[in-house]
Amino acid sequence: MTGLSITAKVLIGTSLLGCVAGMAGSFVVLRRRALVGDMLAHAALPGLCIAYLVIGDRHRLGLLLGAFLAGLLAMGVLTLVTRTTRTKEDAAIGIVLSTFYAAGIVLLSVIAHVPQGNKAGLSTYLFGQASSMLDADIAILSVVSLVALVVLMALYKELKVFSFDPEFARSQGWPTLMLDMTMMGTLTVVTIVGLPIVGVVLMAALIIIPGAAARFWTERLGVMLVLSAVIGAATGSLGTLESSGQLAQWLGFDPLGLVTGGIAMPTGPVIVLCGAAIFLFSVLFAPRRGVISRAVSEVNLRRKTARENLLRTLYELSEHNLEQRPPIALEAIRARRAWSPWAARWLLAAASRRGDVERKQNQVRLTPKGLRRAAEVTRAHRLWEMFLIEGANIASDHVDRDADSIEHLLTPDTLDALEKRLADSGALPEEDRQVPVSPHALEESESTPSRDP
Amino acid sequence: MHSNLETQFAVGTPAEADSPPPVEIHDMTVAYHRKPVLWDIDLVVPEGKLVGIVGPNGAGKTTLIKAVLGLVPLASGKVEIYGRPYRRQRHLVGYVPQRESVDWDFPVSVLDVVTMGTYGRLGWCRRPGKSERELAQDCLQQVGMEALADRQIRQLSGGQQQRVFLARALAQSAQIYFMDEPFAGVDAATEKAIINLLKELRAQRKTVLVVHHDLQTVQQYFDHVILLNMRLIACGPTETAFTAENLNTTYGGRLTILDKAAEAVRLGDRPR
Repeated sequence: MTGLSITAKVLIGTSLLGCVAGMAGSFVVLRRRALVGDMLAHAALPGLCIAYLVIGDRHRLGLLLGAFLAGLLAMGVLTLVTRTTRTKEDAAIGIVLSTFYAAGIVLLSVIAHVPQGNKAGLSTYLFGQASSMLDADIAILSVVSLVALVVLMALYKELKVFSFDPEFARSQGWPTLMLDMTMMGTLTVVTIVGLPIVGVVLMAALIIIPGAAARFWTERLGVMLVLSAVIGAATGSLGTLESSGQLAQWLGFDPLGLVTGGIAMPTGPVIVLCGAAIFLFSVLFAPRRGVISRAVSEVNLRRKTARENLLRTLYELSEHNLEQRPPIALEAIRARRAWSPWAARWLLAAASRRGDVERKQNQVRLTPKGLRRAAEVTRAHRLWEMFLIEGANIASDHVDRDADSIEHLLTPDTLDALEKRLADSGALPEEDRQVPVSPHALEESESTPSRDP
Repeated sequence: MHSNLETQFAVGTPAEADSPPPVEIHDMTVAYHRKPVLWDIDLVVPEGKLVGIVGPNGAGKTTLIKAVLGLVPLASGKVEIYGRPYRRQRHLVGYVPQRESVDWDFPVSVLDVVTMGTYGRLGWCRRPGKSERELAQDCLQQVGMEALADRQIRQLSGGQQQRVFLARALAQSAQIYFMDEPFAGVDAATEKAIINLLKELRAQRKTVLVVHHDLQTVQQYFDHVILLNMRLIACGPTETAFTAENLNTTYGGRLTILDKAAEAVRLGDRPR
């Protein structure tokens, strides 16, 4: 390991940390206990200080042990406060976190006045300093990561049922207290070994961000765990490379624009910023759960709705003389729907591009293809309306609006089932099977179909 | 009141001493933060019955189930499942918690959740395999959800979520089922599907205890009722225990619909 360059060592360390913190963090994110990770990191500070006062900074493992014990103590205090007082967990986390952190800061200034020893080491724990990582740090990190990975994989099934439904898990006989302690213990250990790299203030980001980002991309716990490990590793390594200036060298430009500005950057904050960037990317671009994908499907639905409403309006306006497909004035369409002239024109232009209508100045006429489509749309609308009137007891003058919102989502299967049901109940006369007559009066009397007896 | 309790108590118990009853509760008291929620519960549930647990909000219906399953500590008393403590009989018990008790946005599929029913049998670290998944698929079919096995659970309707929980309990392959409000917030079709499932379980000699809210359907659905309001008001076959008087005691006179009926019963009892 000594043969590796400092950057390589740091890179290994940060990606390992990101990987395992992301995995362990996924479970706490899902259990909505993400802030416990933040508390653990902050609470470690007084532990580090006391360990330093007792054994000096020669033994890295000793310092980490101090931090670990402080983390456990904080967990204990948190449990005690929430169980015995009426304080809610979020408030209790805030109290424990700030108290321990304050004690740590006070101890830091005490240490500053102690004459002997190299004190520079301790303050790096505040914001982390990956470049000062020792071989020993990497060795500890590797061992801890490996153990945490084995624990999480071995107990995958147990942690899954426990995280989803703790009471059910307990009724099955799983020792939920022990599972909880294992989960939180793993998280504590991972947090502690991450402190030299990202520091107590920012460690929570490495625990929360990868899991939260991974959740956007999948609906499966197993996939989410793998993804959060990948995202964590990417966060750690990208942040390291960026803060060391390596990334700017490779890319030929500097994504954050800080290194080229000649400003030295601490690794921890840059790692967190990289994580935030990945999270933002996930929020925006993830399929289905992402903001953009949801906006797009919303817009698509609206366009589909408007398109189908136009076709139905044209069908209804042509209904007195379907064979001839009479030309229809733009005003007649607008009288039926609350569309602005601009919107109506735009919709008609789109319809003529699809070949549904022919336009001539202010008149439109359904094409044979458009008529077929319009008939389908109208059939869906009327079947759904009839169903609402028959099955849901909605008054016939209310039914038009209610039908509008759902009919655009009906699948052909549903429609056929609906038709059969209405036919069986006698609500749908035989001769109406193609497109049923509207179950309510339409606005213009001329367009109400006059069926031959 | 106590004499009433004892007569009801006797109903379910007759000389079945040779084979211990599915559920037997002695002297059970449960308290949250030193405030008692259930007092001195004594009851026996006979085998192969559909049992309704009925009582007003805060009566301790859910607590009763949780206490039996060891999810809340007993202040005193004991619970036996087929004559032995619950922790040795877990494999005989299936549990359907309230639907609101979990986060439905959790990243698992319908089949994943149902497969969780088999975890208890699998033991530590063993992953569910082909036979477990087949069993889960089978249980989904029993609740009419086999087509939705791969859905994420958030995409289900309330009734479908309830059926997933039922299927998970079926996957536990139990002898006794405890169900906490399986009919809450479900549509008529699901209610019918659930009740048919319960009857099927009864036909297999399984015992099912159900926390139930709709008094209208108690007589129609259940063979046996447990009327509860912090104390046990009555426990016995529906026709003898589900009386207007017991209901009135259970609901503390708040049940105005049944007040008149209770009045009539009381007047009838008086010497003329």
